[in-house]
This record gives sequence, C-alpha cells and structure tokens, in this order.
Amino acid sequence: MGIVETLGFGQTGWGGLLLMGALMTLCLTLTALLLGAVLGAVVAAAKLSQNRAARTAGGFYTTVFRGVPELLIIYLVYFGGSSALTAIGGYFGVEGFLGLPSFIAGALAVGLICGAYQAEVYRGAFLAIPKGELEAAQAIGMHRLLRFRRIIAPQVLRFAIPGIGNVWQLSLKDSALVSVTGLADLMRTSQVAAGSTRQYFLFFIAGGCLYLILTSMSDRLFALAERRASRSMPAGIGQI
Amino acid sequence: MDIPFLFQTMKTLLAAVPMTLALFSLSVLFGGLLALLVVWMRVGGNPVLSRFARGYIFVFRGSPLLIQMFLVFYGLGQFGFIRHSFVWPALREPFVCAVLSLALCTAGYTAEIFRFGLRAVPPREIEAARAIGMSGFLLVRRIIAPIAFRHALPAYSTEIVMMVKSTALASLVTVWEVTGVAQRLISQTYRTMEVFLCAAIIYLVLNFLILQAMALLEHRLSPHRRAAAPLVPGSLPVSR
Repeated sequence: MGIVETLGFGQTGWGGLLLMGALMTLCLTLTALLLGAVLGAVVAAAKLSQNRAARTAGGFYTTVFRGVPELLIIYLVYFGGSSALTAIGGYFGVEGFLGLPSFIAGALAVGLICGAYQAEVYRGAFLAIPKGELEAAQAIGMHRLLRFRRIIAPQVLRFAIPGIGNVWQLSLKDSALVSVTGLADLMRTSQVAAGSTRQYFLFFIAGGCLYLILTSMSDRLFALAERRASRSMPAGIGQI
Repeated sequence: MDIPFLFQTMKTLLAAVPMTLALFSLSVLFGGLLALLVVWMRVGGNPVLSRFARGYIFVFRGSPLLIQMFLVFYGLGQFGFIRHSFVWPALREPFVCAVLSLALCTAGYTAEIFRFGLRAVPPREIEAARAIGMSGFLLVRRIIAPIAFRHALPAYSTEIVMMVKSTALASLVTVWEVTGVAQRLISQTYRTMEVFLCAAIIYLVLNFLILQAMALLEHRLSPHRRAAAPLVPGSLPVSR
C-alpha cells in the first residue's frame, strides 16, 4: 500500500480520521482555553485583591498548576474525577465504576493548567493599564461594573492578546497529553494509525505536520488579532 | 489522613527522583549545547544554515514533545539501516530515546531564548572590543557570551522549569521516573489525591530549588547592578 493510499481519504486511508483527530484537538483546546479564561480572570482578580487570603490562594493555585507536570494533573483529574463520580454514583444507588468522560476530564485538566498561565497574563495586562485612567474613571463617578466594562476589560483584553496567544500554543501542545486517557484526538489517532499499520514514522510525521499547521495558523491569527486590537494605539514600543 | 500510606508513597516516589534528575540534567546539558549550535547557525550569516536553523526551531517548537518522543522511540526502529547501524544498541534504550527527544525539543526553545539574549548585546561594546583588537572566540568569550547569557537568564530559567515538567513524558516510553511511578501507584491503590499530593510536593520542591539556584546565578553574574546601589545609611540595596 502506497503512502498516498495510507494517508488518503479512501476506504483504507487514515486521512479522514487524522483530520477528525485534529478537529477534536482544536475543540478540546478551545474548551480548555475558555474554561481557563474564566478561571484565570478569577485567579488574577484574587491575586490583585487587597485580601491577603485571596492573594495567598491565588498564588498557591498558579504555583501548583504551573509547577507540576501536565501529565500528573491529567492523571489527577481523570482518575480523581472518576473515583469521585463513582462515589457520587454509589450514593445514588448506581453500582460499579463510573468513568469521567475523557473529553471532559481533558478539557478540565488542560483548562486548570492554562487558567494558571492566563491568570498571570491577565494580571500583567491589568498592571499595564495607566493608573491615571482608573483614577479618572473613579473621579467622574463610574461604578465598579461600569469601570470594569468601559476601562479595564477593553484594555486588559488588548494587552493580553500576545500572552493569550502563547497560552493557546502551550495548551494546544498540552492537549496532546490528554491522549493518555484514550480521547481520540490527533495524538491518539496518529498513535492508533501507527500501531495498526506498523508505519510509525509515517504517521507520527503526519500527525506532527498537522500539529505544525495548527500552531502556525493560530500564530498568524493571533498576530492579526493583535494588529487589529492595537490599531488605535500609537505605533512605537514593541512594534517592529 | 492516612499518614503511613503517605509516608510509604513518598518513599516510593523519592526512589524515582534520581531518574527524573538524570533525565533533566542530561537533556538540559545536551539541549543547551545543541541550542548553541542552532543559534550559531541562525545568526552566523550563512543563508542556508540560517534557513535550516529557522526550520529546526519552527518544527521543534510547533509540535508537541510527545509526538517527537514517539517518533524517536517507535519511528526510528522502523528503518533497517538504523536497526543495523552502530547507534541501535543506544537507540533501543528508552532512556536514551527520552533524553534525545527532550534535548532536541529544548534546543529549539533555548535557541530562541539565546537569540533574544544576543540581541541585548549593545553593538558599541562589540565595536569597542574590535577596536582594541579582540576577535573571534575571545570576543565571544569576553564580551558577547557574558552579556547575552545574563540577559537570557530569566527566560532560560523558565525554560528549565518547563524541562523538569517535560521529563514526566518519559514515563510514556517506559522510563520509570516520578510521574510514571505515581501513575502506577494510582492505578494500584486508587488513591489519586494522596499520590498526587506527594508527587506534586516533589516537583514543587525541585522547581523551587532550581529557581533558587538560577536566581543565585543571576545575582552572581550581575555584580555591576549591585555596585551602583546608593550607599545611603538605612537603605538596603535592592537586588532584582
């Protein structure tokens, strides 16, 4: 069987499955990024708050989830989540082992990790807002919510785009580790295809190329977003 | 809390720490050397080498480490000329494959970090060194390397912490380091939380020690910044 046939879209080809895997990887990373955005915003707020306990908790979260291997966190969420689910099931009278669906476990685990990174991104972006603007908004009597909507959120988002781009790339690559839970993402599909055809080199190269396409395309997208978001900013620092 | 179980788990996991450290130190060493080569090709002025280095950095930074590791571990053995060559006895070992792929991957990231460090070397210092007759290796050793390394150090310490976390992937090619042993313990005992706690503490302590060592190195390498501190009584010079 030729390479074209093996990687193609025909009956015996793996092309379609690989593309489905790539789609799964994208879905997983997107879900994780959104989850991480919510978590990151909350943790960033905690780290910036006046409350000492909140600051400590925020620092603890970012230290743990940025310092412990991603694989270990995936194990924690997958196995821990499954045994928690089994316990809850047992409480409601469901017998036997209940597994956490691997998509949910993976999205949760990668989301927890990228939330820790996003928290740092948002914190840095908030600190980049000129103090005078916040004071001015307060001085003309804007409420907290209005201040957040009009002054803080637009600028934090703008300053955070390069950082979010980095986190996205990181999460895209971390999502490959979710394959250990059996989720049919790009990594897992390449592995299965490689194993069943015994063409390890070919399929890992093909999978790697698809990952490269995903990362380079999203790189371009974030560059575009950055240019668009900063179109009202004076050109200068940081722009080459 | 089951203290004897935690104690026993900690003991089992600590026995795997030398393996994690071996993976880490060998891959950082070889990855660093390879990064020097790549960055030399990237900025050396030869367009062919520069393009190759660019491609190298793109490929190894853009695809997940896991797929690279599987490519080395499963993919290379597929070829007869590799199986019959003198490198096969080494490449057959999972440990060698893990170190090889970790080093190849970190070289891509580290090369970019070193390149940004090189950018920070003021051209006038190079000019001055040339003016007094320094050239070639002496110029690199006395002027360029110290300045570039000092500027690259903060980003490099982040990369090194990433490397500690990346060693966890070696467990997926059957090298029994801390995460692999933790996974085995989890699936034997179903006590995810306790095992995770122990493993997380090990990694956090490792990262903390490494970051402290890097901070110490940074402190040692930048005496010029401390010397400028004002000698006002009662004001301590602030490092960092």
